[in-house]
Amino acid sequence: MSQPPTDGSVPSPADQTAVAGRPGARAVPAELEVRFGTLEHSSFRGQERIVVPVGRMFDILAFLKDSGFDLLVDVTCVDYLEYRGARHRYGLVYLLAATADNRRLIVRVFVDDPDPTVPSVVPIWGAANWLEREVWDLFGIRFTGHPDLRRLVLPEGFTAHPLRKDYPLQGRGERHNFPVLSRDDG
Amino acid sequence: MSIAASPAAPSAAQRSEDYLWTLNFGPQHPATHTTLRLVLTLEGERVVDALPEMGYLHSGFEKIGEHLTFNQYVTVTDRMNYISPIANNVAWHHAVETLLGIDLTPRCRHIRTIISELARISDHLLCNGAVGLDTGAFTFFLYAFYQREVIYDIFETLCGARFTNSYTRVGGVSQDFTPLVIEKIRAFLDTFPKTLDDMERLLTRNRIFVDRTKGVGVLSKEEAIARGATGPVARASGVTRDLRKDEPYLAYGELDFRVCCAAAGDCYARYLVRMQEMRESLRIVAQAMDSLPGGPVNVGIDQRTALPTKSQVYTTIEGTISHFELSMSNRGFEVPCAESYAAIEAPNGELGFYIVGDGSDRAYRARCRPPSVLHFSIFPHLIRGHTLSDVVAVLGSLNIIAAELDR
Repeated sequence: MSQPPTDGSVPSPADQTAVAGRPGARAVPAELEVRFGTLEHSSFRGQERIVVPVGRMFDILAFLKDSGFDLLVDVTCVDYLEYRGARHRYGLVYLLAATADNRRLIVRVFVDDPDPTVPSVVPIWGAANWLEREVWDLFGIRFTGHPDLRRLVLPEGFTAHPLRKDYPLQGRGERHNFPVLSRDDG
Repeated sequence: MSIAASPAAPSAAQRSEDYLWTLNFGPQHPATHTTLRLVLTLEGERVVDALPEMGYLHSGFEKIGEHLTFNQYVTVTDRMNYISPIANNVAWHHAVETLLGIDLTPRCRHIRTIISELARISDHLLCNGAVGLDTGAFTFFLYAFYQREVIYDIFETLCGARFTNSYTRVGGVSQDFTPLVIEKIRAFLDTFPKTLDDMERLLTRNRIFVDRTKGVGVLSKEEAIARGATGPVARASGVTRDLRKDEPYLAYGELDFRVCCAAAGDCYARYLVRMQEMRESLRIVAQAMDSLPGGPVNVGIDQRTALPTKSQVYTTIEGTISHFELSMSNRGFEVPCAESYAAIEAPNGELGFYIVGDGSDRAYRARCRPPSVLHFSIFPHLIRGHTLSDVVAVLGSLNIIAAELDR
């Protein structure tokens, strides 16, 4: 842990001890580092976080599923384009939880332009299906192996990925290009 | 029922069978209640497959969240799950306060607990009422809606708004409880159990309703976890997860209540879990009202997040400075350059926000984890093999709110 976390957050010692309700509890299984080597690990407000390389993320997430993290709470993404001190453009967030003993773990995966691609985790958690579609829709991260990677909230003809930081708040006028159907055409 | 037994999607050959019907359901339909669309493939009256479509209400809430301050964005969270907006307010500021590391005052914790549980009751009333309405029990629906009106009245007395409450603030709430609010909540606690008994007598053993919902849309415990179900939908399938117990936040750790579960996982079980949760919510509200602590409702000046009271502004130099700084856009909160996730047990399931702070008083990223999306994605799995008339029962029991679905 000689390098600071990628997004510039430096956990203070006070935060390390602030694991809510479960002092000293460590969510990361000890066997993880034995099998996959040393991973970047940090903690903030009692929330544990590991950073995983793209190449091994599928194996590591499958291992975490087997070691008790049976609930995939969320899959989302952050675009670090304008973030001070960031080294990568996109940071994917996998929020995991264990229903048996209420552990939680945040898994981060960082990818970059020009072709941000990560393996899909739908084979591990079925819940990832729509969550990954939403990330594809709004961030343009491609999930290889996803069974049905279509846009989720935006229409099929939309070309941009609007939650990227280089997309303006008020849009680029894509909606003006949609065909207008009159009652007679329809 | 042979089709229901196989979870796999029908093969391409099966899809191209000529005798299958394609039926469009929504986006505007009285039984979707909100704006969502289903493309159903029917064999006679049996649903072979369903293709859910969403996005009709997409308004870019998460993008807006990157441009509004932590206190401004609470008005947008009202519009997510508009059935229980005050629970969204609590969820948003719970996440912001987790990021900022703020400890609330005991009075604020209790007040937020009380309003969260009132929101849960009003949400469950609407969900079960709509299930009743869609399966033919109109009286039940009216009973439910009348009681929702009482809760709206409490909220209106509390903060001036019936629907879009925007009640919470960073480090506190916008208004303290007044004696009139307390009186109205106590009156609700007295009258509501009787209505709840009436409602249960109307529907719980009603033959038509039981036949329409029992054994329909069964979700097994393993499927519930694998597909990310939370809240009453998961608890009706035997998952005992409830964040109020598992990760006690606000005042839940001090209060005595039970987690309501069922094992069947069908529409009827989801109905029963919601009915029982309303009774537990009443217990929580009653206990929290009895043990409502005194003292300030907002955090103090030293935390530099909530506006100081007028008397502090006018009589102390710290109050004046704090009021000035919080009103200026460039010297308000001290936000760490860090990211955190915090969730509450919203009426619909786990409602969480993943917030990235970059030092400014706006979130760099404000991700909402909406329970409705996960529940709607389960829908095709639940409906396969059932009849067309079961679509509304299953859809109603999942309590999908399109504004939260699309954001």
